[in-house]
Amino acid sequence: MQQMSDIPDKLLNVSNHSLENQEGIPMSDNVSAAIREKVAHLLNRRVGPYKSWNPVSRTQVWQWCTAMGDDNPLYLDDDYRKDTEFDDVTAPPTMMQMWTMRDAQGNYPPGSTDDNPYELLKLLEDNGYGGVMAVSYDQTFHRYLTEGDQVHHYSTLVHMTDLKSTGMGKGFFVTELAEFLDQNNEKFAEANITYFQYETPKKQPGAKKPGSDVQKITRVHPVENYDNEHFWQGLRDGELLIQKCESCSTLRHPPQPMCSECQSLEWGTVAASGKGTVYTYTVMYYPEIPPFDYPNAIALIDLEEGVRIATQLTDVKPDDIKIGMEVEMTLTEVQDDMTLPLFRPVNSTK
Amino acid sequence: MTATISRKAAIVGIGATEFSKDSGRTEMQLAVEAVKAALDDAGIKGADIDGMATFSMDNNWENEILRQIGGKELKFFSRTEFGGGAACGPFVHAATAISSGLCDTVVIYRALNERSGLRFGSGQLFSTSPMDPNIINFSHYFPYGFMTPAAWIAFSARRYMHEFGATSEDFGRVAVSMRDFAATNPNAFFYERPITLEEHQNSRMIADPLRLLDCCQESDGAVAFVVTTAEKAKDLANTPALIASARQSIVKDSRMMTPFYGESISGIPEFDACASDIYKMAGLSPDDIDVACLYDHFSPWVLPQLEAFGFCDRGEAKDFVKDGHISRGGKLPVNTHGGQLGEAYIHGMNGIAEAVRQIRGTSVNQVNDVNHVLVTAGAGVPTGAAILEKG
Repeated sequence: MQQMSDIPDKLLNVSNHSLENQEGIPMSDNVSAAIREKVAHLLNRRVGPYKSWNPVSRTQVWQWCTAMGDDNPLYLDDDYRKDTEFDDVTAPPTMMQMWTMRDAQGNYPPGSTDDNPYELLKLLEDNGYGGVMAVSYDQTFHRYLTEGDQVHHYSTLVHMTDLKSTGMGKGFFVTELAEFLDQNNEKFAEANITYFQYETPKKQPGAKKPGSDVQKITRVHPVENYDNEHFWQGLRDGELLIQKCESCSTLRHPPQPMCSECQSLEWGTVAASGKGTVYTYTVMYYPEIPPFDYPNAIALIDLEEGVRIATQLTDVKPDDIKIGMEVEMTLTEVQDDMTLPLFRPVNSTK
Repeated sequence: MTATISRKAAIVGIGATEFSKDSGRTEMQLAVEAVKAALDDAGIKGADIDGMATFSMDNNWENEILRQIGGKELKFFSRTEFGGGAACGPFVHAATAISSGLCDTVVIYRALNERSGLRFGSGQLFSTSPMDPNIINFSHYFPYGFMTPAAWIAFSARRYMHEFGATSEDFGRVAVSMRDFAATNPNAFFYERPITLEEHQNSRMIADPLRLLDCCQESDGAVAFVVTTAEKAKDLANTPALIASARQSIVKDSRMMTPFYGESISGIPEFDACASDIYKMAGLSPDDIDVACLYDHFSPWVLPQLEAFGFCDRGEAKDFVKDGHISRGGKLPVNTHGGQLGEAYIHGMNGIAEAVRQIRGTSVNQVNDVNHVLVTAGAGVPTGAAILEKG
C-alpha cells in the first residue's frame, strides 16, 4: 500500500512545519479525530463485486487503441501475434479500469453489488471536505487479458491520513485498493489510487463561472535587481528610462552596471520620447504560450535616442509590419502589476 | 595566436545512443551508454580516462559517469556555458589540457532528454531564480511573450532577408538539403523522408519568417567522444581525427540567444571574429575544407556561417546554396548526417561525430577524399569552431 509518507512533500506541496506555524493547528486536532472516528468503520471494507457489461472484445480494444493512439501491434495485429505467446486479441493492460465501468446512464452491470464504494468520500464531503483531487495511481499488472475474459473488481479504502495542510487547503489523503479479477477469480491487476479530499472550495462573492477562483496564468515577471530596477520602476511610474553614463553620456539598453565605452559605474537615466522605427520583427504563431494572444507581433525598435528595445507591436496586422516603419510607445498596464512599453504604428487608429 | 594546441590531440572514439523523441531512460543512462560506446570504439578502457569535458547545461556529473565507466580518477574536468554554443568548447579544453600535459585522455559527452523532458522550444526554458543570469537577460523579452528560440532567431533572419534580398525559399533550400542527407541516414529522424521546397513553403509558420521545416528536431539522445594525444592515437585502430585548430568566441555584442544590439544583427559576429584564427592555427584556408558540419538549429543561420568562414562573400550564401554547393555532390557538402534539422538535436555534438566519420571514411553519406572538416557550435550565443584533420 502506498503510504502518504512515500509521496514527496514537494509533489503534494505539504509542509508540516508551516502547518504548525501558520495555521496553529497540530497534526491530529479535534476535527481530524472526530472525522476519523466517523469514517473508521468504512476503512478496510472490501466492497464488490463490480461486474463488467461485456467480455473483453476486439471491438472495444480497437476503440481504445484508436482513441489513445496506441499502435502496439501485440493488441490487434494477428500476423504479428503469431510470433508471440498470445493466440488471441490482447487488451492493453491500462484498459483495466474500463471493463467494469458503469454504462452511460450510470448503471453498474447486473450482478454487481449495490454498495457505494465511495461512501467514505461522500462522508468527508458532508463534513466540509468536498474538494477532490487525484494524487497518484500506482498500477500492477499480473497478466494480459485476452478476448473473452470476463472482468470484475473489488474496492477497498485502505488508508486515510490525518488532516494535512497543502497548497490546495486542508484535507485528507485517502487511498483505495482496486483489485481486478477474471472469470476464475484470479487477480490480473490491481491499483493503489490516492485522492486528496480537501475543504470544499468557497465560492467567491460575485464569482459567476465555476473555476473562476483558479489562478490565471499571467505574464512572466522580470527579475528586478540593483542593475535594472530603475527600468521597471520607471515603467510603473509612466516613463521608459534609458540608462545614461554620467561620465561620457553614452546611452545604453538593456541596463548594465558599467559603461561599455568608459567603464564608469556612475549612471543616470533619461526618459525616452517613445518614438522610434522598426529595426526588425517577427510574428509568433506557435507554440501559443498563455496568456498571450496569437499571432503575437514582436519588434526590435530603434528608439530615436539611439538605443534598441524589444517589445510587442499592437494595432497592426502582421502583413502591414515593415522594417523602418515609424512607431510610437503606449505605456500599457498589461496586467494588475505590470506596465510595459508597447509600440504601435504612428497614426494607427485607436 | 600561438597555436600550441594544433594537432596535439585527436578524436579517437565516438559513441552515441539512438536518437528518439522519448528515450525512456534517464539522461544519466544515456550519458554512460554513449561514453561506453565511445570508449569501446576507441579501444580504450574507462580506467585510462583522466579528463572530462561537457556542457554547463548537461545534467550529468563527471564523478557519477567516471564511477560507472570503470574510471579511477580525473585530473581535469571542465564545462562550457551557453547552450549549443558549448559544442566546440569541450574540444578546445580537451586539446588544451592534453597539449599542456595536464592529462592524456579526455571523455567529452552531452546527454539530453530534450523532447521527452524539458523542451527548449516550449517557452518554459529558464528558471525564475534571481541568481540565474539567463532570467536576468531574458527579463527584457519574456514579459512580451518573446520566449522561444525560433522567435529570437527570427529577428536576425528578417534582417538578413532585408539586407541581402534573401527569401524564405533560400532558407528552405538549406532545410531541403539537410533533409536530403537525413533521408539516407538510418539514425536520422527524417530517414527515408526527404522534403521538397514546396513542402517547406507549405509548412506552418512558427515565428515569421521561420517555418516549421526551418526548425531543428527536438530529441532525446547522447553523443560522446574520446580525445587523446596525437601520439597515442597512432597506436589505436581508428583513423585519428586530429584537432587541427579549435577556438571559443565571444565578442562585445554577444548575448545569450538575443544578440540584438550590435551595429548589424544579420551576421554572426562570433564566427566573423574567430574564422581567421581557425584557419591560421590549422595553416589552412577555406579551399582546404572538404565537408562542413555547421550548427543548424534553424536553417537561416547556416547562411551567415558560410560567409563568416569564407566560402562565399557576405550576402552571397543564398546563391552559394542555390547553386547546390552545400548539397549532396556539391563542393562543400554541409551536414552530411542531416544536421540537427534532419538527424537529431543533440546540441551540435552529433554534427561533430559526423565530422569524425567523414575523416574516417565511415559516413553513410561519405564524401570522397576528406582531409579536413570544419565544425561549428551554436549561433546567436557565445560559441566556438574547430577544424578536424585526417591523421
